[in-house]
Amino acid sequence: MNAYITATKNLLNPATLARLRGALSWQLLPKLTTAIARSLLVPLLAIALFLGLWAATAKNIQTSLGDLPGPVQVWGQAISLVQEHRTERRKADEFYARQEQRNAEKLAEDPTAEVKIRPYTGKPTFIDQIGTSLLTVATGFIIASLIAIPIGIVCGMSATLYTALNPLIQIFKPVSPLAWLPLVTMVVSALYVSDDPLFAKSFVTSAITVTLCCLWPTIINTTVGVSSVSKDLLNVSRVLRLGWFTKTMKIVLPSAIPMMFTGMRLSLGIGWMVLIAAEMLAQNPGLGKFVWDEFQNGSSNSLARIMVAVFTIGLVGFALDRGMLLLQRRVSWDKNAVLR
Amino acid sequence: MTYLSLENLSITFNTDNGPLNVLNDVSVKMDKGEFVSLIGHSGCGKSTVLNIVAGLLKASKGGVLLENREVDEPGPDRAVVFQNHSLLPWLSVYDNVRLAVDTVFKHSKSKQQRHDWTLHNLELVHMSHALDRRPDEISGGMKQRVGIARALAMEPKVLLMDEPFGALDSLTRTHMQDSLMEIQARLNNTVIMITHDVDEAVLLSDRIVMMSNGPSATVGEILHIDLPRPRHRLSLADDPKYNHYRAAVLKFLHERHAQPDVPVTTTAAEKTPRLRAVG
Repeated sequence: MNAYITATKNLLNPATLARLRGALSWQLLPKLTTAIARSLLVPLLAIALFLGLWAATAKNIQTSLGDLPGPVQVWGQAISLVQEHRTERRKADEFYARQEQRNAEKLAEDPTAEVKIRPYTGKPTFIDQIGTSLLTVATGFIIASLIAIPIGIVCGMSATLYTALNPLIQIFKPVSPLAWLPLVTMVVSALYVSDDPLFAKSFVTSAITVTLCCLWPTIINTTVGVSSVSKDLLNVSRVLRLGWFTKTMKIVLPSAIPMMFTGMRLSLGIGWMVLIAAEMLAQNPGLGKFVWDEFQNGSSNSLARIMVAVFTIGLVGFALDRGMLLLQRRVSWDKNAVLR
Repeated sequence: MTYLSLENLSITFNTDNGPLNVLNDVSVKMDKGEFVSLIGHSGCGKSTVLNIVAGLLKASKGGVLLENREVDEPGPDRAVVFQNHSLLPWLSVYDNVRLAVDTVFKHSKSKQQRHDWTLHNLELVHMSHALDRRPDEISGGMKQRVGIARALAMEPKVLLMDEPFGALDSLTRTHMQDSLMEIQARLNNTVIMITHDVDEAVLLSDRIVMMSNGPSATVGEILHIDLPRPRHRLSLADDPKYNHYRAAVLKFLHERHAQPDVPVTTTAAEKTPRLRAVG
């Protein structure tokens, strides 16, 4: 106890305090403030400037749906979209509660009565659409990665196979998702016939379109990663006389992982862009459909709501990219890779 | 009794400007436990000689005999310590050595023995304190130590070192040279080492093979270093015999085979991948 008091006294000793304050203000503070200014103030300033410019110009642009909305209107719509979602959820909950109550009453009257839970058929809200889009892009991206990584590995290891597949890859790579869409829709309608489908047709169509566009960057980057394993490391494997399998698992694949991730990040970015376009055109549920519906709706709020969607799409895309980055940092050995 | 014999090695590369004869008729015979340095100017084909012995390159003419058997493909009996260490960056220090141990002693040692043998070799190069670090977390000298441990762990018949300390600062280099002498005193390996450093060559070697300038480089002169071991760099600094050997190598390199005053083309012929050996 005494020691504690002494220590506290020492700490509160005016000389110590003065030194502490001095250290804080003269050495730490300037550095800290510059760091904060760099990482926070500058971006905030740029955002404020952007919002100001937007507010100023938007007022002067007349559309058939009224003024182009400024930041304030868009923020208002964002809040109202969230509120609509809450209202809709409440309605759904009430709907299910009523049903359960009704069923319970029915069962109480007649225990053999057949009871059914009917799904709520309300219109999907903005938040629901985000969820649908995320699920679709994830499905398409995972399928694409499962196909592209093995193809990339094989192409990287066999020059012959690479020469064989390269023309196909190069031709399909630049094809826009909108060109694929009609074909995919027709093929899915023809082949995906089931009385009780696990997934909606529109979901399958969107996911496959995403897959078709996600394949190429992953294939190409994996191929490059696998084929550009350092010659010195391959010499190590020759000296050790590693077998084909060990060489692949211990040397080729690990050294290709950073490139693989680069490809997957590119793919995911492309997939997200592709998905919005596909949903818009094919009327598949998701953010794209939300944008299209609002455009067709043409109310005075539509433009602001579309802008909310635009920002959401941007933020989600950014979050997806960061997510891949975190995954890369976890999985990849190359912790020093410049990650932007 | 010759243990390792390089017999009339010649190699010609096909380049865009026609065939380039890099080595011509290189012959060296080595005894078991002998430490031989290859010294010469850049581009004289030292690394090419080493790569042929390692089996990484095929000689156009001549061949390599180890214990009277021809070797023409790479193998762990001729372990290489690479100039740039060539550790796998995704494996820890321990795992880098363990990979070699597991591959070479897959059938002849038990798991526990392989573990102990890995630790033993890392102990030998004084790296036991950094078993779990990755190559990019340790210094250049430490990486090279791990590279040496990996090569030693293969229990090679011949240890091939391609300018092992070339990329290190001079203080680290002297440490590494002392470590290598200490290891050599214990294990008595048969070693071929490439070097640019005259002091290093004289200090470490039993014989120094001095190579003439390329193209068509060949063995210019072989110098026997008759200094008692263990050798200490400080006491040797004033040793007239040591200085005589040093002078002999310097004379060879700078008088008789002075590098023509051209921009140094760093062993391009050996390292450009598009070159292919003429069979």
